[in-house]
Amino acid sequence: MAKRLLSITVNGRLREDAVAEHALLVDYLRETAGLTGTKQGCDGGECGACTVLVDGEPRLACITLAVGCEGRRVETIESLTVDGRMGRLQQAFHEKLGTQCGFCTPGMIMAAEALLRRAPRPTEQEIRDALAGNLCRCTGYVKIVESVQAAAEGA
Amino acid sequence: MDSLADQAGDAGAARGAPHGHAAGQRTPLIDGIEKVTGRARYTADLPFPDALVGRILRSPVAHGTIRGIDTRAARAMPGVRAVVTGEDFAAPYGVIPIAQNEWPLARGRVRYRGEPVAAVAAVDAETAEAALAAIALDIEPLPAYFSAAAARAADAVLLHEKKAGNIEREVDQNFGDVDGGFAAADLVCEQTYHYAEVAHGQIELNAAVASYEPERDRLTTHSVTQVPYYLHLTLAQTLGMDASRIRVIKPFVGGGFGHRVEPLNFEMVTAALARAAGGTVKVECSREDSFLTHRGRPETDIRLKIGMTKAGAITAVDCEIVQRGGAYGGYGLVTILYAGALLHALYTAPAVKYRGYRVYTNTPPCGAMRGHGAVDARHAFESLLDRMAGELGLDPFAVRRANLIAPPYRTINDLQVNSYGLPACLDWVEQASGWKERHGKLPRGRGLGMACSHYVSGSAKPVHWSGEPHAVINLKLDYDGGITVLTGASDIGQGSSTLLAQVVAEVLSLSLARIRVIATDSALTPKDNGSYSSRVSFMVGNAALRAAEALKRTLVEAAARKLEVSPADIEWNGEQCGVAGTDRTLTFQEAVEAALVDTGTLSIKGTWSTPPETQGGKFRGAAVGSTAGFSYAAQVVEVAVDEDTGQVSVERVWVAHDCGFAINPLAVEGQVQGGVWMGMGQALSEETSYHEGLPLRPNMLDYRIPTIVESPPIDVKLVESIDPLGPFGAKEASEGALHGFPPALTNAIADALGLRLTELPASPDRVLEALHAKAREARLGARMEKAKAKAEGV
Repeated sequence: MAKRLLSITVNGRLREDAVAEHALLVDYLRETAGLTGTKQGCDGGECGACTVLVDGEPRLACITLAVGCEGRRVETIESLTVDGRMGRLQQAFHEKLGTQCGFCTPGMIMAAEALLRRAPRPTEQEIRDALAGNLCRCTGYVKIVESVQAAAEGA
Repeated sequence: MDSLADQAGDAGAARGAPHGHAAGQRTPLIDGIEKVTGRARYTADLPFPDALVGRILRSPVAHGTIRGIDTRAARAMPGVRAVVTGEDFAAPYGVIPIAQNEWPLARGRVRYRGEPVAAVAAVDAETAEAALAAIALDIEPLPAYFSAAAARAADAVLLHEKKAGNIEREVDQNFGDVDGGFAAADLVCEQTYHYAEVAHGQIELNAAVASYEPERDRLTTHSVTQVPYYLHLTLAQTLGMDASRIRVIKPFVGGGFGHRVEPLNFEMVTAALARAAGGTVKVECSREDSFLTHRGRPETDIRLKIGMTKAGAITAVDCEIVQRGGAYGGYGLVTILYAGALLHALYTAPAVKYRGYRVYTNTPPCGAMRGHGAVDARHAFESLLDRMAGELGLDPFAVRRANLIAPPYRTINDLQVNSYGLPACLDWVEQASGWKERHGKLPRGRGLGMACSHYVSGSAKPVHWSGEPHAVINLKLDYDGGITVLTGASDIGQGSSTLLAQVVAEVLSLSLARIRVIATDSALTPKDNGSYSSRVSFMVGNAALRAAEALKRTLVEAAARKLEVSPADIEWNGEQCGVAGTDRTLTFQEAVEAALVDTGTLSIKGTWSTPPETQGGKFRGAAVGSTAGFSYAAQVVEVAVDEDTGQVSVERVWVAHDCGFAINPLAVEGQVQGGVWMGMGQALSEETSYHEGLPLRPNMLDYRIPTIVESPPIDVKLVESIDPLGPFGAKEASEGALHGFPPALTNAIADALGLRLTELPASPDRVLEALHAKAREARLGARMEKAKAKAEGV
């Protein structure tokens, strides 16, 4: 269990932490950085609940090594609320009921955030393609599509 | 507690329509901000930095006698703080009091591959896993049975004592003159159906945190439960502890769908480890563990016979259902009873014979899954109705309309129907889908299918028939003018806390901002029977309604005293009240202060119970299926089928759901969409499967939950039949629409290709197989015709 000093920017804040070389990004975020908004819903790469942005790209934190993010910028669900204001996707998922139990929601919103940065006015098909790796068991996805559309329209 | 209890005696009185202040408003979840910001703490998120890590060892054998479990090496490892086996528990458990045959860790015998046999708590995950590997199991294999038929064989070893033929429960119910009904029919059809086993697939992994205080012999457990009080009682029973020393807290829960209704083994194991270690233990289960813990919908075989007149009226029903129940009792006997109770009761059916068999097998235990017991039965029934409509030259809608109920109505199996919005549901989906113009007229490969369904708004008789009310709500109001709703109802994502806040806000004409909901901490909140059988809106909603009315009476009386008038003279407007027609008014805060004089903090209780006439008949098993209010739904599904690949895609769904009254239309829509979609998963792609008891799909890639890519638009119409017993007329919305999807799908495939699937899921391999079989039959038929013609010609 060799440890290494990891320099990483998490939600705009530079951190230096000693982490095990085999530690996964999801465990680093949840246990070391205390950011429990990022969820684990499967045994590795199946469900998308742990989706975070690494240098702006959606990544599954449960199959990403923490030490592999040396020098990178990681963004989690907690970063989207700025100065006490929810982000556009957070607002829309709340108002449109894009969340029910809420467990897939952080990953779903981070995957959608990556999409909206890339394509501010996505088509419905682009929304579906971008969220294809994020499972939700509550909503049937209908209100998730509506939430992303509402967030894009409100931008 | 200076309780102003509003007892259940007036349960039969219909409550007036709401004025739309809060009830009936599209309301985002009151705990939604926590969910979208990542601030919501689920069990695994709770900060217990000093918790030991718990891990569970599972049986590699599907059926066998435990000769020994050697834990000495594991106990001797540095960093291991506790090791427990079945011997560390005081009693077995099971959700149904008469069927308790499961131990948290197997004792004496293992009955399915993956059954927990031992557990360790250690300082970190690596040590815990090394300790599991050091435990030596000595299990002598026994013959194992992976299908209901194999377990029922005459020479099969019994999984449980006194359960001959490995039958957990046999049901034999006869209502009306079945033989006479078939004799009177113009058409009698019989068909067999087969359904794969499916699983809940809630996205949150199972987890529990237990803290034991050795100095006080007290235990606090945080868990993912849908029914905290079952867990509470089961912890006391299996650990041999006094229940008063146990506290159960439900944090945010990431879905349940029935998986978490029963107390689950890992919850008791976590507590036993905490007690053995004398500290705090956290167990985070894997996705594979969820599939092994299971409690899903059983593999089911159905033989169904229906008699019908030329006009489409059902004259008789004869049905036999066999469920592969898995290794332990769990909810099994309820599941097999639900299958019969809800088979036909959404229509008038004058004569019904039902035989059910719940079978013990060496597979993970089945249990309650959304639409408990009734989903596969609904598929068989609605499929056969569709086929018979075709054979009689009737439209499928006409057949349903020939069998509609006129409420109030008592079904042949003694279920009470007080409101019935199914006719309006049928009208809406027929119109919205363009049924008349499109059914039977779409190009080959494209089709429309329809089906109806219903479900209970809570079981009218709870599992523990203790004489307590079905639901209790406490309201606390103090000097700050904030109302706290204390409820034991588990919000698992369905929005129950929001609904309760809306009900209270509606009655008191207050803003939701004045209301907080504290849900489910056994030290604070009243016992609630839990989030299952879609009972919360109806039952807990009714208790909240009564509590809020009692609080309002108290406040009005206080305002009247203060203003020196009679309560009847007070006009209540929430933030302000006063003497009607004058400028003598009090603010809400002034009314609260007046109410606190002499009494201090107000604690007001509301309760509700199901009226006796809704509790079912007198025959054995009659309680299951009984409810104070049935929801109804109709839906039309449009499919496209690729004949070359067997791939079925759902293009669109139109569903109308009779929810009585939509207290939160936004949440009701979400529940209906989610329910229909879960039915789609079962119908299209989901199945657990096993090789000699080894799960072949214990992950989210092989267990095919639909992704957003293959999920269709779902148009929802809410039909409001205003149930006389529901709060503001409301009924359930979370389960009823699910049942209709699978039959509407296969009926649509029949419309698309003339192919009637009798097996689910309609996966590409099954569709192709059925197409090939149909083609073979057609060729064979043609050859026989030819041979016959030749023979006749000679």
